[in-house]
Amino acid sequence: MRTPFLVSLVGKLGPSAWLALSGFMLLTLILIPASHLLLDDGHPLHISSYAITLMGKILCYAIVAVAMDLIWGYAGILSLGHGLFFALGGYAFGMYLMRQIGRDGSYQSDLPDFMVFLDWKEMPWFWWNSDSFGWAMFLVILVPGVLAWIFGYFAFRSRIKGVYFSIITQALTYAAMLLFFRNETGFGGNNGFTDFKRILGYDITSPGMRTILFCLSALLLVKVLLLSYVLVKSKFGRVLTAIRDAESRVMFIGYQPLHYKLFIWTLSAIICALAGALYVPQVGIINPSEMSPANSIEIAIWVAVGGRGTLIGPVIGTFIVNLAKSFFTVSFPEYWLFFLGFIFIGVTLFLPDGVVGLFRKLRSRFKKSATDVSVSHKEAA
Amino acid sequence: MSYVLDSNQPKPDGLNNPENAPGEAGTSHILVPGEVDLTHNVILYLDDITVSFDGFRAINKLNLAIDVGELRCIIGPNGAGKTTMMDVITGKTRPDSGRAFFGQTLDLTRMSEPEIAHAGIGRKFQKPTIFEHHTVFENLELAMKADKRVWRSLFAALDDSQRDRISETLKLIRLTAHADHQAGLLSHGQKQWLEIGMLLIQEPRLLLLDEPVAGMTDDETERTAELFVSLAGKHSLVVVEHDMAFVEALGGKVTVLHEGSVLAEGDLATVQNDQRVIEVYLGR
Repeated sequence: MRTPFLVSLVGKLGPSAWLALSGFMLLTLILIPASHLLLDDGHPLHISSYAITLMGKILCYAIVAVAMDLIWGYAGILSLGHGLFFALGGYAFGMYLMRQIGRDGSYQSDLPDFMVFLDWKEMPWFWWNSDSFGWAMFLVILVPGVLAWIFGYFAFRSRIKGVYFSIITQALTYAAMLLFFRNETGFGGNNGFTDFKRILGYDITSPGMRTILFCLSALLLVKVLLLSYVLVKSKFGRVLTAIRDAESRVMFIGYQPLHYKLFIWTLSAIICALAGALYVPQVGIINPSEMSPANSIEIAIWVAVGGRGTLIGPVIGTFIVNLAKSFFTVSFPEYWLFFLGFIFIGVTLFLPDGVVGLFRKLRSRFKKSATDVSVSHKEAA
Repeated sequence: MSYVLDSNQPKPDGLNNPENAPGEAGTSHILVPGEVDLTHNVILYLDDITVSFDGFRAINKLNLAIDVGELRCIIGPNGAGKTTMMDVITGKTRPDSGRAFFGQTLDLTRMSEPEIAHAGIGRKFQKPTIFEHHTVFENLELAMKADKRVWRSLFAALDDSQRDRISETLKLIRLTAHADHQAGLLSHGQKQWLEIGMLLIQEPRLLLLDEPVAGMTDDETERTAELFVSLAGKHSLVVVEHDMAFVEALGGKVTVLHEGSVLAEGDLATVQNDQRVIEVYLGR
């Protein structure tokens, strides 16, 4: 029997989760936009365009972290190449943004600047229809989805698991990075896409557009969280964790792990791509360094810091690591990578379940000590 | 749907008859794809199976037939090929040569593990393999016979009859009180029972049980024997076991494996008095 999405959600999510969710929506959809748009620059509560862009960026990262948690935390598949899907989504939407520049580029040509620079006379075939917003959104989903499906099909069918799978995904994103670095590939070489001017004809740097992109990122994060929650609480989610814990048993009771892994893997890649498409107009640039292996590893660190298999943990972890990164790269730029490495080692050694795991442990200890006190009171009496 | 069997038609005289080649139904009945064809009262038939790992023959021209409803015990010293045989039957290992049939028509050597499970073969591993992070109830829910494709799992919800089936099974394996506990917290014997329960709720026709009473107390072992004896008839069972008292309690036909092929077959007393068996196994 099918229960409507929302009805099943209301029953499953606890009141505190609903409270947190409403608080988050109030903050991101009303308070922050209002403060950015309505208050003057000098006002103490004004949120600058730097801050709103930074937060929008971290929200996109958080979406990627949730997508990573779906496959790593629940299905036990550690991908070290998720930055690739994020970047592909960014590139697919970036093509549209490049076309929106129109004749306002340095060379005043219909072609994007980098093509003029390379002395190309016409657009390569894969730029077909790239000035259509709908087509761009279609590509954002299609390209990473198809790539993930094909890669996943062969990897999972060959039963490649664990560290071998991680290494192959790492190699995949590295190979893609080298490919995109080449000018001949047709995506702007190592400069990538930048100098965006407009989305749907509206100025991309206007406060209104910044706010809209920020709100869209927040909304997408909420939607992805709710969808993931429904998924992991369904029988499908229980089969996923069963595959993580005892794959052979899953096969011998008649489930085909290949199909389950392929579904969640492709879904995860598509979610990453959507986040990438929202990320690019906010930061104003996409280049092959987004596909560098280090980026994908960092995604895994956000999830590990927040807590695997908790959905909300990766969001928290993303904020912790990225806010720390913003602070360190400004104040002590040379120490950031040491600090990141230190976080990762520290979390692995002392917080195997991340920040959320620590919080749960403290809460249960607090509860226990509370009951201990009441017991000793009774004994004393 | 029902198919009428024409008893006047001449029947092939045995499994080795070329008329019973895979893929084609005999003339005496209609073949339903995916259904197990039990017309000759044989549920499992291994024909000249050989499996070698790096030159070592784990199974060497093994022939074995299990009747419908039979309870068969397989014994044999370590390395006799018992677990490899189960791997072949469940699709985990492909034989180098030979054929394995489930019923008359399903060629197990060409099917994947989930397909074989769907056809109706359930397997219990030597080491209890359950989902440690799920509750006992969820373990049974996942194992229960159902449409196990992705799309169905996304929208699956338990109905009353399924809940009843799970609670019946919980009662049978005596874990009702532990239904909401994490399965990883059960004792070793309880895990074994849970795995047996997961097998049963899958409603297989043939159960393969690899050392099902290892680590159980005497009391638990006795109850397991009772359970298996009561299952025989409705299901076919193949039990691999070292515990001779348990084999005796089950009382079925016994097959002795040695160096990958059948050494002797018969009831326990006959087998125990067989000179070759005493030499390689019981005498040691």
